[in-house]
Amino acid sequence: MTATAARPEPAARGRGARTLVDLVFRARELSLVIALAALVGGTAAANPTFLSGQGVEDILLNTAILALLAVGQSMVVVTRNLDLSVGSVVGLVAFTLGDLLTSGWGLVPGVVAGVALGAACGLLNGLLVSFGRVPALVVTLGTLYVFQGVCHFVAAGRQINAADLPPALLSLGNGAVLGVPYLPLITVVIMLVIGYYLRAYPSGREFYAIGSSPEAARLAGVPVRRRVLAGYLVSGCLAGLAGVLWLARFGTVVADSAGGWELLVISAVVVGGVAITGGVGSVYGAALGALLLTVIGSALVVLRVNPFWQQAITGALLLLAISVDRVLALRVARLLRRRSRHG
Amino acid sequence: MSGPPTLALVNVSKSFGAVRALREVSLELFAGEAHALAGENGAGKSTLVKILAGVHRPDSGQMLLDGEPVVFHGPVDAQRAGVAVIYQEPTLFPDLSVAENIFMGRQPRTTLGRIDRRARRALAAELFTRLGVTLDPEQPARGLSIADQQLVEIAKAISTDARVLVMDEPTAALSGNEAARLFSVVETLREQGCAVLFISHRLDEIFSLCGRVTTLRDGGLVAVEPVAGLTHDELIRRMVGRELGALYPKQETTAGQVALRVERLTREGVFTDVSFEVRRGEIVALAGLVGAGRSEVARAIFGVDRWDAGTVQVDGRPLPAASPSAAMAAGLALVPEDRRQQGLVMALSIERNIGLTGLRSLRRGLTISRAAERDRARDWALRLRLKFAALSDGVGVLSGGNQQKVVLAKWLATRPSVLVVDEPTRGIDVGTKAEVHRLLSELAGQGIAVLMISSDLPEVLGMADRVLVMHEGRLTAEIPRAEATEESVMTAATGRAA
Repeated sequence: MTATAARPEPAARGRGARTLVDLVFRARELSLVIALAALVGGTAAANPTFLSGQGVEDILLNTAILALLAVGQSMVVVTRNLDLSVGSVVGLVAFTLGDLLTSGWGLVPGVVAGVALGAACGLLNGLLVSFGRVPALVVTLGTLYVFQGVCHFVAAGRQINAADLPPALLSLGNGAVLGVPYLPLITVVIMLVIGYYLRAYPSGREFYAIGSSPEAARLAGVPVRRRVLAGYLVSGCLAGLAGVLWLARFGTVVADSAGGWELLVISAVVVGGVAITGGVGSVYGAALGALLLTVIGSALVVLRVNPFWQQAITGALLLLAISVDRVLALRVARLLRRRSRHG
Repeated sequence: MSGPPTLALVNVSKSFGAVRALREVSLELFAGEAHALAGENGAGKSTLVKILAGVHRPDSGQMLLDGEPVVFHGPVDAQRAGVAVIYQEPTLFPDLSVAENIFMGRQPRTTLGRIDRRARRALAAELFTRLGVTLDPEQPARGLSIADQQLVEIAKAISTDARVLVMDEPTAALSGNEAARLFSVVETLREQGCAVLFISHRLDEIFSLCGRVTTLRDGGLVAVEPVAGLTHDELIRRMVGRELGALYPKQETTAGQVALRVERLTREGVFTDVSFEVRRGEIVALAGLVGAGRSEVARAIFGVDRWDAGTVQVDGRPLPAASPSAAMAAGLALVPEDRRQQGLVMALSIERNIGLTGLRSLRRGLTISRAAERDRARDWALRLRLKFAALSDGVGVLSGGNQQKVVLAKWLATRPSVLVVDEPTRGIDVGTKAEVHRLLSELAGQGIAVLMISSDLPEVLGMADRVLVMHEGRLTAEIPRAEATEESVMTAATGRAA
């Protein structure tokens, strides 16, 4: 076989392969948008109140916190890790902040303390995973229970009442600027900043490199442990911020009020196209995933479907997303193989 | 060669557990020199490369950069010192683009610190022009052929403006033209004052490219000498250190009935139209370059992977696709390539590992009989001359060679009629290697059909009754023992045959 026969028209071949892969990834975000449109359209047709101002605002408010957590989680998942502790961190921060504010702390120092507490939790996770070399699943499952326990200890059976909180905080949770509520605004800004960082900066792309092949990343001189630690730190910070927003939104909280959310967050990330094996996906996809899951929840309420179905549908969607990914990955791999072999 | 060498190793030793990979090895790489590193598989070449790359740290000895002692704490330190390494196995990020793969860890930036995509694409295109290949820098690395992956690795290495370029088998997957382009680029780098360390199994390349050659054997230094004046045979003798015949005791056997027949086996995009047969009492080698599809054929035959077309027959009976248990029942055994990952359960004991393939036959009533398991393990351990303290020890404590014996015992205990061994002696010491060869030869003598996949050419030439050669997923040659030479096998393996 001569060299020309072995690699015919390589430029065309490369372009073809690229468009193909581009298409698959765009197809993911596109199919989320289509699913959303169909869902919203169908539900609104059955019950027009679904698209009322209040309905839309509720969806945006409910999505904001989940999407914020999904953005943080994506940064961890992209490096082929996992953060199961976020639900506990949200609960811990929400309650602790409530305690601080009712005992006379100012709003700004309180919020800073809340985010710092989240960061500390993330730092602990990150240190154990990156420097302790303990599998992420075990570390964050452990810290999930530890943070939960600490939260129950702090709460000691009490609850935080909205009436005792500074009005400024509550207006952050329910107020709006030019008709757009603050919460989704905050989430969108953070999502754009992190999305841009991951896409455009060398250190951002290194998160993807680590998830794509940890060994190759090490050989390429990528500071793997520092990046993994940074991922957990960001996830912790955003969980802390989510805790602040949680308190602002709901006002009245008991201990561990976001228990179980970690699984919802991971579902949103996976449905949004971030590969659980790392290296692939975007924070925009993850946020869209969060939006889709929230819209499904609201639609089921409007359509008077028994709420117990919501979990089953979330699960089914997760399975669908993973199956579609798997099938597409196999298809693409096969196509690329055929192109590179036979031209 | 005036002044201190650019990079030098002085009396460097390195052990992995009980295996001494390098013993007191010294090496000097001068600016403007192309230096070959020769040795058999397992001689310590790759360990030496990884020390230069900062992946491993030597247990003792020193490294000198421009005559000054230096310690590499990781790959970054080596990169900063100007050492670029092309590894034998490509280390790419499948999800990232070709250009990102090349520049990961040192991406071109704009003044604001962002990635300068345009500059990156241009730089990558320029590298490919220098190498004379046409790859799209924005294409994802997933799906590239092994040769293209290797080219990306090479582009990565030469993009760093290295002072020392280390190439571990860079041409293993390349065609003749591509290799020639690579050599002209390397030649230019060398003339500009880069020190080149070159490892290749193709002796011709060593002779045409390099000025001096360092030969390693069993982790020790054998010779450092100019290439000029050396003959192929002399170099091989230094590498092997003994006559080939003594090392490979293949008994003469008469081939019996066909035990394994493979017809037009195809797995889309992996291998195509592979047909061959192995008779009882025969050792048939399956040779070829890394990535030619040899292990994939073995995996498909054994039913680990599905095949798209073709048939596999054992003793005349066709095997269903993708069923390892049917393959085992028919009398097939597969000793896989990677014994730590695929051959053994590292956390279990020797006896448990040997017992794994026969859990049903070890059953007494509803439960596994520990006594029967132990008897079976002891029996095979003695037969294979396994060196162990207690059968209840974990297999992790054994040396590589003895681990391989445990894998063999595990499969021989199933009394196979066809034994497929994938790289049976990779990474094991020479003494045990000879024992494995003796064992394979004995098994063939007992009428087992042996299919041996090996990248170790002397092993292929010394052990096989026939040599099948694969190139890019196709069987390109079948060479009888009498005609098999290093040249004839390599010619077919690189696809240079007519």
